[in-house]
Amino acid sequence: MKRTDIERLNQAVAVREPMALVTSLATGEQKLFGHPNAGEMASDIELNQTLIGAFSKDRSTLATIDGDEVFIKIYNPALRMIIIGAVHIAQALIPMARQLGYEPIVIDPRTAFASEERFAGVQRDTRWPDEALAEIGVDTRTAFIALTHDPKIDDPALTIALNASPFYIGALGGRRTNEKRVERLTAAGISADKLASINAPVGLDIGAMGAPEIAVSIIAQVTAALRGKLKPPPAKQAS
Amino acid sequence: MTTDTAAPNAPILDQAITWMNQGRKVALATVIETWGSAPQPTGSQLLIDQDGNFEGSVSGGCVEGAVILEAADVIANGKSTVMEFGVADETAWEVGLACGGRIKIFVEPVTQ
Repeated sequence: MKRTDIERLNQAVAVREPMALVTSLATGEQKLFGHPNAGEMASDIELNQTLIGAFSKDRSTLATIDGDEVFIKIYNPALRMIIIGAVHIAQALIPMARQLGYEPIVIDPRTAFASEERFAGVQRDTRWPDEALAEIGVDTRTAFIALTHDPKIDDPALTIALNASPFYIGALGGRRTNEKRVERLTAAGISADKLASINAPVGLDIGAMGAPEIAVSIIAQVTAALRGKLKPPPAKQAS
Repeated sequence: MTTDTAAPNAPILDQAITWMNQGRKVALATVIETWGSAPQPTGSQLLIDQDGNFEGSVSGGCVEGAVILEAADVIANGKSTVMEFGVADETAWEVGLACGGRIKIFVEPVTQ
């Protein structure tokens, strides 16, 4: 491996740019590639396909490209968890998220909630979500969770998330809360398909009681989404 | 704004740069394929210097010794190589991969 390639990889990590290092096992020759969907297509179609699959599974892999055995090492950006609402559940969720390798970011314009005392050492942003998210960005390595219960804060945040491509979107609130939210966001012009991708009520149904158990249910559901095992939300039942 | 979470994989590469800046010669070992109950997933890495100091892991301790020995050759002759360990292999048993898994490891020099 060349020092210049390491330096290029470190630059990419810093700006959350996915990269892959492709090594020919026979010759030891190496080449760096970006994500084919980001416009940096490799000239070989077979390699592009393999790269796309490896990036999305976040899995380094051996492959045979044009008869040459190569190893593809995936350098994906760190996982991120954006939490809207510096609430009690967020306090329980953040240490768990960190343990699983997520970089947590809490957004809440209510400064009394998003205080340093309540979230010591956590990246906090007290701007309104639309302003904060415009800068932070919501990419495919991001899990997005809205926890405020307050449409003034959650709705604009969800609108941005639904128009981006996080691998998970969850929102606190029971079925009625969610129905009202769907009505509001539909009126705001968001398609039914997109709205169906919101996991609400947030978290797997494990009978969670209290913030720490709700946090467990959320982190389990996020993990299922990351690993491609999340079942589609249950069909709406007649009430 | 603080964060203590580095991107996965980055620390070992940062370490490589640090070691090279100290004038050490460095090799990198990467798990490229696993079968069965291999202890470390594909992509796991071990960084080795010319004196056998190492950082990271390719097998949770089972075959590191053999990889470190091979790394010395790789550093000396500047050529990459592929190593394979498995239960069917006497060497693997000797170096301790008794966990029933098999792994293939690519060892390469890190160059300026």
